[in-house]
Amino acid sequence: MSMKASTRQVDGVTIVDLSGRITLGEGSVVLRDTIKDLLGKGQKKILLNLGDVSYIDSSGIGELVSAFTSVRNQGGELKLLHLTKKVHDLLQITKLYTVFDVKDDEAGAISAFAH
Amino acid sequence: MESTLESVNKAEEMADQQAARAGLDEDTRSGVSMAVREGMINAILHGNAYDTNKRVNLSFEQNGRELIVTISDEGRGFIPEEVPDPLAPENLLKTSGRGIFLMRAFMDEVRFRKLNPGTEITMIKRLQGSELDRQEAST
Repeated sequence: MSMKASTRQVDGVTIVDLSGRITLGEGSVVLRDTIKDLLGKGQKKILLNLGDVSYIDSSGIGELVSAFTSVRNQGGELKLLHLTKKVHDLLQITKLYTVFDVKDDEAGAISAFAH
Repeated sequence: MESTLESVNKAEEMADQQAARAGLDEDTRSGVSMAVREGMINAILHGNAYDTNKRVNLSFEQNGRELIVTISDEGRGFIPEEVPDPLAPENLLKTSGRGIFLMRAFMDEVRFRKLNPGTEITMIKRLQGSELDRQEAST
């Protein structure tokens, strides 16, 4: 299953709803292009909704890290929302769970962005 | 197998089937599939560098006690001990270098052997009692 990304705006925050697999190849490219596009448009408050992401491999983890640092380097914030158990466990064992700001409630996540 | 992304995906599917046949539960199967995916990425991306003239060999063996996966490439090889620890604070934000760590995280044993040319990775998942029971029940 390939990855799909769609964006919506809520209170100045861009929510990216991702579905499918973030893996080497197409999935990672979709995420990279989406973040690049948003930063190009000056949208720097980004909430990645991973609720429908079934699988992430090392390449996908790298792409999440890249997204996180790219947004931060431009003075923005990137948070993660609705991790599945599999993705949660993967971020735990790679010690990235504490690096990312992980939320499980959309409204709470939006209000946690600096306004 | 060819040094393509399709081979990575195919190997992952094969690993899941093999792990199911070995009686592993869903979580463990998923870990084995991921380890195999990472091993194939290592072989095709870092080893053979997508060179279609170079092949990757993948084999599965089950001896009743262990599921043994072997992946070999024809690349220039590498020294596993020299791969930086991805959990070290200074490496946490690196965008690559987690593949071998994930193989080790999901398998019981991971060994590397230098070939001429290339690298062979052997990954072992031990089958616990309940998995052996499941296997026996399904045969």
